[in-house]
Order: sequence, then C-alpha cells, then structure tokens
Amino acid sequence: MLRGNNIKKVNSLLVRSFHSTVGNRSGGPSTPINYPSLEIENAGEKQKMNLFQAINNGMDIAMQKDSKAVVFGEDVGFGGVFRCTVGLRDKYGASRVFNTPLCEQGIAGFAIGLAAQGATPIAEIQFADYIFPAFDQIVNEAAKYRYRSGGQFDCGSLTIRSPYGAVGHGGHYHSQSPESYFGHTPGLKVVIPSTPIEAKGLLLASIREKDPVIFFEPKLMYRSAVEEVPIGDYEIPLGKARIVKEGKDITIIGWGAQMRVLLQAVNMAEEKLGISCELIDLRTIQPWDVETVVESVKKTGRVVISHEAPKTGGWAAEISATIQERCFLHLEAPIQRVCGYDTPFPLIFEKFYVPDHLKNFESIKKTMVY
Amino acid sequence: MISQSYRILSRISRNNELKKTFLTNLNCKSSSPSIIRSFCKKQNLDENFEYTNKLEVQELKHYIPCYTIMDQEGVVSKPDQDPNFSKEEVIKMYTTMLTLNVMDSILYDVQRQGRISFYMTSFGEEAIHIGSAAALEMSDTIFAQYRETGVFMWRGFTINDIINQCCTNEHDLGKGRQMPMHFGSRKINLQTISSPLTTQLPQAVGSSYAQKLAGEKNCTIVYFGEGAASEGDFHAAMNFAAALSTPTIFFCRNNKWAISTPSKEQYKGDGIAGRGPNGYGMKTIRVDGNDIWAVYNVTKLARKIAVEEQVPVLIEAMTYRVGHHSTSDDSSRYRTVEEINAWKEGKNPISRLRNYMNHKGWWSDAQEKETIANARTTVRESLVNAEKQYKPSINEIFTDVYDKPTPNLIEQQKELIEHLKLYPDEYPLNQFADSKLILKD
Repeated sequence: MLRGNNIKKVNSLLVRSFHSTVGNRSGGPSTPINYPSLEIENAGEKQKMNLFQAINNGMDIAMQKDSKAVVFGEDVGFGGVFRCTVGLRDKYGASRVFNTPLCEQGIAGFAIGLAAQGATPIAEIQFADYIFPAFDQIVNEAAKYRYRSGGQFDCGSLTIRSPYGAVGHGGHYHSQSPESYFGHTPGLKVVIPSTPIEAKGLLLASIREKDPVIFFEPKLMYRSAVEEVPIGDYEIPLGKARIVKEGKDITIIGWGAQMRVLLQAVNMAEEKLGISCELIDLRTIQPWDVETVVESVKKTGRVVISHEAPKTGGWAAEISATIQERCFLHLEAPIQRVCGYDTPFPLIFEKFYVPDHLKNFESIKKTMVY
Repeated sequence: MISQSYRILSRISRNNELKKTFLTNLNCKSSSPSIIRSFCKKQNLDENFEYTNKLEVQELKHYIPCYTIMDQEGVVSKPDQDPNFSKEEVIKMYTTMLTLNVMDSILYDVQRQGRISFYMTSFGEEAIHIGSAAALEMSDTIFAQYRETGVFMWRGFTINDIINQCCTNEHDLGKGRQMPMHFGSRKINLQTISSPLTTQLPQAVGSSYAQKLAGEKNCTIVYFGEGAASEGDFHAAMNFAAALSTPTIFFCRNNKWAISTPSKEQYKGDGIAGRGPNGYGMKTIRVDGNDIWAVYNVTKLARKIAVEEQVPVLIEAMTYRVGHHSTSDDSSRYRTVEEINAWKEGKNPISRLRNYMNHKGWWSDAQEKETIANARTTVRESLVNAEKQYKPSINEIFTDVYDKPTPNLIEQQKELIEHLKLYPDEYPLNQFADSKLILKD
C-alpha cells in the first residue's frame, strides 16, 4: 500500500507523464503486446493456435471423447462464420454437427431438450447480440430446470457458445457484451476466456460442467490472439480467476478481450509511474471468484474494474459492491469502474466509446493519488 | 424464360462458382425450363412448385377435416376402427377419467377454501388425456403444458403424487418450489412442467433428436394449447422438428379459449392443424378431442409414424375448456353458460365413453356411484394426509440451483439460518421439516 512519501513520489511522476507521451497514437488494439501465457501442467505436445482454432480443437476433443456431444447452430455445418467448427462435420457426421433453422429461441430450446434427454449439446448463437431471442429459454428454462424439478431433471450438459464484444466496426449488433444479464440469473454459469489456451481449457470444462454454461468468446481475438496451445485434453476449472500479473499497489480486474487493454494500461502505469499493478482475469463471471479478488484487494487497497459493457448494471457493479462489503477497512480509495458508456454500442465512435488502455491508465492514476 | 433464368441467377448470384457454371450452362445449350430444372436439382436448388402465368392470390379454401368415430351416444360409426380394448382396459380408462373429474371438483373447492394456493381443472378434456396416453409407451418422453393431469394419472402418477405437489409438502417431487399443477416425474418420464407457455416445444424437439441420435425406438410427445401455439417457440419447434426430422408428436389441445381470449382472436387460419402440412411440411391430423377412440387411433398412428419414419407429426384435438382457466379466473365474465352447457352436455367425453360401455353392458349406475364415492374418499383422505405433512426442509431453498452449491449460496444459506435463530417465532418454522435440527447447528 502506498502511504506518505510514496504518494508524493507518484504525484510527481503523474505530473511529468501527463505532459509526455500519452496521445491517441499510443497503444490501441493493433499494438503488439506480450500477453503472458498460462502454463498448463503436463501439457504435452503444443501447437500454435489462434483463438478460433483453440475453440475448434476443444470441441473436437469434446466430441471425440463423448459420443453424445452434438454441435449445432446457424451455419456451423460448413465451419461457422468465424471458422470455429471447421472440419467437425466431416469428422463426426451431419447428425452430430448440423445447421439449424435461423431461430435463436429454437436453438436454445432445442439444446435444453437434448440435454434433458441425456445428450451433450454445444449450441452456437452466431453473435452474443442475437442471444436475446433466446433469453426466455435461457433464463426461465435452462437456468431453472434442475431447481424447479427438485433435482429430478437437469440440462446441465448444455453449453451455449457465442462470440461477444467489440470488433472495431460492429456497431449496435455485432459488439455487445451481455454477460451481466446472465450473471444475474441463478442457475447459469457464465464464462469468458481471454487467450487461446484458456479458451480451450475453459470450453472443455464448460462442456463437461454439470450446469448450463454460457460461453462468450471475444471475437476480436479469434484471429489476433495466438499461443502455443497444448493439443491434448485439459480443463481449466470454472469459478477460478487467474492472477495474470502480480503486483502490490493496485488491483485491476477484467475479463475477455479487455485483458489485453488492461495489460497495456498496467504496463504504462508501471513504466511511466512505477506503479505495481496486480492484474486479475476473472474468467468466470458467475459464479465469480470472490476469494481471489478479495485477497488481492486486501493486499493492494485499491481497485479498478473494467469491462466493455455499459457501466450501469454492468458486472463491475456487482464486483465493486462485494469488494466494498468485504474489504471496507482495507480500501484506500474509491473503487473505480472503467466501462462502456450507458449508450448503445456506436459504430463510428467506437474508439471513443470503448474503455481503452488510456482511460484505464487515467483511472489507475486517479486511484493511486486519491 | 429469360426472367426465369434471371430469377435463378439472382438467387445464386452471391456464389461466383455457381454463377459461372450456370452461365456456361445457359450459353452452350438452349435455355429450356428442363435444363434449368435439372441444373437446379444438381445444385441442390430444387423448387417443388410449378410456375404459372395466372396472377392469382391464394386464400384458405379447404379446412382439414376432423377425425371422429364415436358419437355422443357411444356408437362407433366405423366398427373396424374401434380399437376394441378389453372390458377391463375400458373400465380402467373410464374410471381414470371419472376419478380425474372428481378430483378436479374437490381440489377446485379446496383452493377456494384457501387450502391450496392454485389449481387448474381438466373438465372437458379427459378423453384427450386418456386417449393419447394409452397410445404411448412409458419410454416415450412427455413434455406438457399444465392441463394434462389425466395423461400423468394414466402413466401411474397417483392422486397422492398430485396432491402432495399441490400442497407443496416434503413429498412433492419438486420440493415445493413451484406452483401447484407443475408436475414432473422421472418415474413416468414426464419432464417437469413450467409456467412459461410453449417453451417446452423446442425442448421436446431436442429431446426427440437425442432419442433419434441414441437409436432409440421412442418418441417425445409435447402437449400445448391453441393459445400457446401463437408463441414464437411454436414456430421454432415446428420448423426445427420438420427440418431436422425428429420423432416428435406435437399434441395441440384446441379448447377454444386461452384464458379469456377465444380462438377466433388467436388466429385467422385453419386452426393449428392448418399450419402443419403446407406451413412446415409436417404430417398432420385433426381429431375430435372428445372422442377417446379417435384420439387413441390418431395418437397411435402418430407414434408409429414418428418412431418408424423418424419424422414429426402434428395432432390438433378439437375440444372445449368446460371449466374456468384456473382458480384465479371467472370464465362467466367472457362467455355464456349456454355455450359451456352445449359442450358439457352435448359433447361430454366422459358420458360418451359411458354410453359406449352401456351398449356393451360393461357399466351400471351402481358402479358409477361406487367409483365416484371411491374417488371422493381417496382424494379427501389423500388431501387430509398431505396437509399434515411437513413442508420441505428450508435448506432446499438453496439446493439444486446448481449441481453443487456455489460459495455465495452456501454463505446465503448460513445467513438465513443465523437470521432465523434471531427470530424463530416470526417464521412458520414448525411447518418445515428438520427446522429444529437446522437451527440447532
């Protein structure tokens, strides 16, 4: 925690940095960034994969190991509009990998029925923006299936995958981040990976999880994020956050595509201001890893939470309220939320709308000098 | 001819490869309709309709007929179509219908007395329940709406099971979490009912797809009302079932009323059946829902088609909701007593079967009285017993949300227990199982 002399030191740093290199040309999604890969124990052979290939590889393994696993959705048969299901139909046949009619409520309802009858549905909603027609099936049906039957029936083998988040030019309906709508629903698990290695491990865990899982894939990273991914079968447990980078002055929390933005902000804060940031990837939105977050905040005393989704009612509100409940005596500054604005996701204004590394950098600065 | 070529060209214009092939085809040969047709067939662009030069708007012309074989007097018009159940089987069917009817009357009144929170009767729809249920195998999965109690009774769901659920006591298989009438039972292969209308339809399609995938010789039947068929999920399910070729039986109970909305305000087409063949390419039958043998024959055939051909079938059973929608509804505010009585007396499914039995000499007034008296006793005893039982353990608030309780659920459960320890007399703890034990910990 920074006290006394330390704060003075940061203040002088801030003044200098404010007039230096921070401009609109620094950073941005095109800037190469070395995101630390997760080490998988006993991983075996590895292969370079981008995010969509890692997802594809995860589904391949799931289908190979579970003869009841089926993959379906709009246009998944030929490989999917983001190439995530390429080759699966040839390998597992058209009865296990198939197109459905263009109808999201149908896809979700159909998937629930498959799961209730003992199959392992891996459903795709083409964009998270189009998951809302299926909202009733997901919230009223999938989430409550086990509870309302007294545990007699469940649709726990259900996984709904969907690309989410900003993509540079997606406008209103190819950019949304709807995780907090689902996080508010008991009975659902909501997972968002941030790297190819994690995408595969979290997807395999989600498919095998005994609860219905909504799995949002950061589409901005389908091709851009590349890692050496283990080709074997491995899982990353749900409900566990990852400390991407340890630090002692401030805790930064995010998930999905936002993790790269945050790492950039963190690097800036360290380089320019000498602030040691602890960067946490929440990975599972619901149920989220309160313990890891609280432990970190108790250590640092300061928090910035950032997500692409609009601020009001966003998941950062939930996290920040919980931190406030559990770390009140440890907090040195108000919890900051760096989020999308409370507007629909705008097309030409995307660069201004998104909570980019600079907005996060500024927020870290503010929190440190509070 | 040219316009036809353009039309097809425009359909494939986004596919450059296809466009090139098509143009080559057009250029090197004379562009006759048969060439276009064979090209389309080859490219999987087959069109099943004929072209016409007559400008004509299509309108509803032919209504799908309603299959019926037994009249109100219990006479079977086509004896070769009488399923010819044995005396014992027919008596079992009849007594189940009668028992359901008696139970409905009592539980309706019991709700009025505030002893249960809610109830929905099946008056007028008893033949649909028993006729369809008798045509199915136990291994066929059921998805239901909420007015199919007779189906469950036929499968072995007992009066105790029903009343325990309505009383939400600790013997309720649903652990007291849902409103009355929301049954579910693994034993009778009934997926638990939920209130949101029509959500069960696409689920039934998924369920039957799973059966098909597993190579089972079973189907899934899904019941719903004609009002529910207006929901988007109806469209989703019908289209998915047809397109994915699943062994699903869609069983619509068209009882003419969705709460206060008459079916003429629900749709303008040929009922629900009219949507089947031309709308979704689905095999469809309309049946007299108050004729138990007609319902049985139709469901039996539908099951055969579904299981053997692995395709869906739509059944629309025409009937009438004789009772109120639910205990929260007074139907006299939107329909006449004359209308109700015309159905209650003129097309009553229970007396129709009784007349059939009378012709065979299988039933007497004494048996009728005895059956009613027995049913009354069973229902009343079951009710008194159910009311004496504990409600489920309050710990069950927190179980089954997930496969395993999440950390926040464990914490919230602890919070509630600690709170109850502070105010044990302010909550009806003595009605709930194990509460002393829970508070002691």
